[in-house]
Amino acid sequence: MWSYLARRLIQAIITLFFITIICFTLTRLSGDPMAQYANRPGITGAQKLVIRRQLGLDQPLPIQYVKWLSLALQGQLGDSFFSKQPVTTLILQRLPMTLILMVTAQISIISVSLLLGIVAAIKQYSLTDNIITTFSFIGFSMPIFFIALGLMLIFAVQFKAWGLPYFPTGADVWDQKDLRAMIWHLVLPVSCLTIIQVAGYSRFLRSSILEVLGLDYIRTARAKGLIERKVLFRHALRNAALPFVTILGLDIAGLLGGALVTESVYAWPGMGRLFWEYAQRNDYPVVNGVLLMTSGAVVFFTIITDIAYTFIDPRIRLG
Amino acid sequence: MSADTASPSTVVTLDLRAAENTGPTLSPAQLVWRRFRRHRMALVGTVGLILLLFFIVGGSVIVPETAANDQSLRERLQPPSAKHWFGTDSTGRDSFNRIIYGGQISLVIGVLAVGMSVTLGTIVGGLAAYYGGWVDSLLMRVTEAMLAIPQLFLLIVLGRALGQKFNFTLLGETRTFQLQSITFLGRSYSASVGIVIFVIGLTSWMYLARIVRANVLSLREMDFVAASKALGASDARIFFAHLVPNTLGAIIVSATLGIAGAIISEAYVSFLGLGVQPPTSSWGNMLTSAQSFIQRGSWWMWLFPSLFIVYTILCINLMGDGLRDALDPRSSR
Repeated sequence: MWSYLARRLIQAIITLFFITIICFTLTRLSGDPMAQYANRPGITGAQKLVIRRQLGLDQPLPIQYVKWLSLALQGQLGDSFFSKQPVTTLILQRLPMTLILMVTAQISIISVSLLLGIVAAIKQYSLTDNIITTFSFIGFSMPIFFIALGLMLIFAVQFKAWGLPYFPTGADVWDQKDLRAMIWHLVLPVSCLTIIQVAGYSRFLRSSILEVLGLDYIRTARAKGLIERKVLFRHALRNAALPFVTILGLDIAGLLGGALVTESVYAWPGMGRLFWEYAQRNDYPVVNGVLLMTSGAVVFFTIITDIAYTFIDPRIRLG
Repeated sequence: MSADTASPSTVVTLDLRAAENTGPTLSPAQLVWRRFRRHRMALVGTVGLILLLFFIVGGSVIVPETAANDQSLRERLQPPSAKHWFGTDSTGRDSFNRIIYGGQISLVIGVLAVGMSVTLGTIVGGLAAYYGGWVDSLLMRVTEAMLAIPQLFLLIVLGRALGQKFNFTLLGETRTFQLQSITFLGRSYSASVGIVIFVIGLTSWMYLARIVRANVLSLREMDFVAASKALGASDARIFFAHLVPNTLGAIIVSATLGIAGAIISEAYVSFLGLGVQPPTSSWGNMLTSAQSFIQRGSWWMWLFPSLFIVYTILCINLMGDGLRDALDPRSSR
């Protein structure tokens, strides 16, 4: 167990090292932040050189990388080129909003997928099952902006036109401390994240429940006279949920990155939008900071999931 | 059922064996086709895809490309009518015609990007498994690193990087490198199409690399590879003549599903304005302006491109599922 953990940690560190190289190179190649000043009158070439030097852009790439990495190792991600704020501050400003959106969405996703997955599995090949399977197949084939724009069109734009109570499009300004406004603004983005994710999850749950229901110990449980509800929830679901937990564990890391498309469509001030806004201006420190944080979280949660798995499922031994 | 009552189960097994022996011998390809044919939803997907190909190829024979790209500001933002079946966009271009040409672009991007990612994935996965040791560790850590970065973030950063003009100094003089527009089959594609293909190809090879690696790892230990090695076959020959063909099933399945993924990725990148640039249409960039005009209730700009994306992805996914079952030798269908 310990030697396995040590090996995984070393692997994770090497992976993180490659992540920093990939992110750093790609963001540096993705354009010149000085392009912002190109059309601004009153900035001379000499001033541009000064700014370039201040931002540290005049040095060769490898040196810039080493400097950035050594600061990052100390937890300093630098300052944004344009807003001049520390990257960590920017990230911490947006993180709560992303977490509010993603955690709410995740709760709704898990409950809906569990419900649909269980219903589809116990009523296998029934009309209900067929309808659920069809919809999950369609949902699985949808890009998220299809749902995001569709829900906005129906529940925000058309409902307003028809004089019904309507949801906000995100174009309005609202007080983020007002709980009611918050909930009102959450409904549509959470629904579209739910619709997209549930499609895959419920199909996955259905097949793993069906697999478990065919096993001998379930027959034993039924043979000893347990009521069906106990067989299902006490015996079948516990084992069927194991692979689902793994998937969830890996997806939790992705939550930190937010939902770029949903956040931009509904103007939700989260991490995805932070990334998108600053990527468009080639603000390297912010872009690299967000990339490093989310991919680091993915690497970290992969290991945590592996370890957690040995506790949930005693049959698994890490070698 | 046989009239023999002595041992029904034995009789059934014997019957099956007899039937197998008397039937015509089927080649592996025929077996795959037979299993695929019995997968009803896979057939639906295939037929759906053929219909779509008829629509976007046949459509471009009837409708000239200028009809898809020409602007007419007097007819902007019109809802569907007898003249414009799918309405018009914010610069008065006919959405129906743009769907036809956009579909070609989306499919071309899907197929070429997958071609690229399959090549990369097979090479990376194959090399890692075949050589093992530090080559394997290095390649797998890079693969993990790429997988850890959220795909949309990677698409955005890479899309912006490849869309740049590169200044580099060669032999003392500064040159500028930028992807040029390509002429293919009598049509000119803007450089952005090439960029999108590269971006998607470079960000989607990781899963396949892992699958190929796992397959090659188990195949490498088999007797026929040892035999081939004993006969003096080179590494390259063993790799391409023995190992790759044996993982072909997995590669075909993941390539098919990969086309669906690539079309969605194209839509994402173009939706964010980093992909195919107008006037060339793609299903993704048709939706970019839909976002700004949806608040005015221009539903047609959103509905039609989206429906075509969903329809295409659905057909490809259904077909891929069928292929997966058909190509699995353990499948009982």
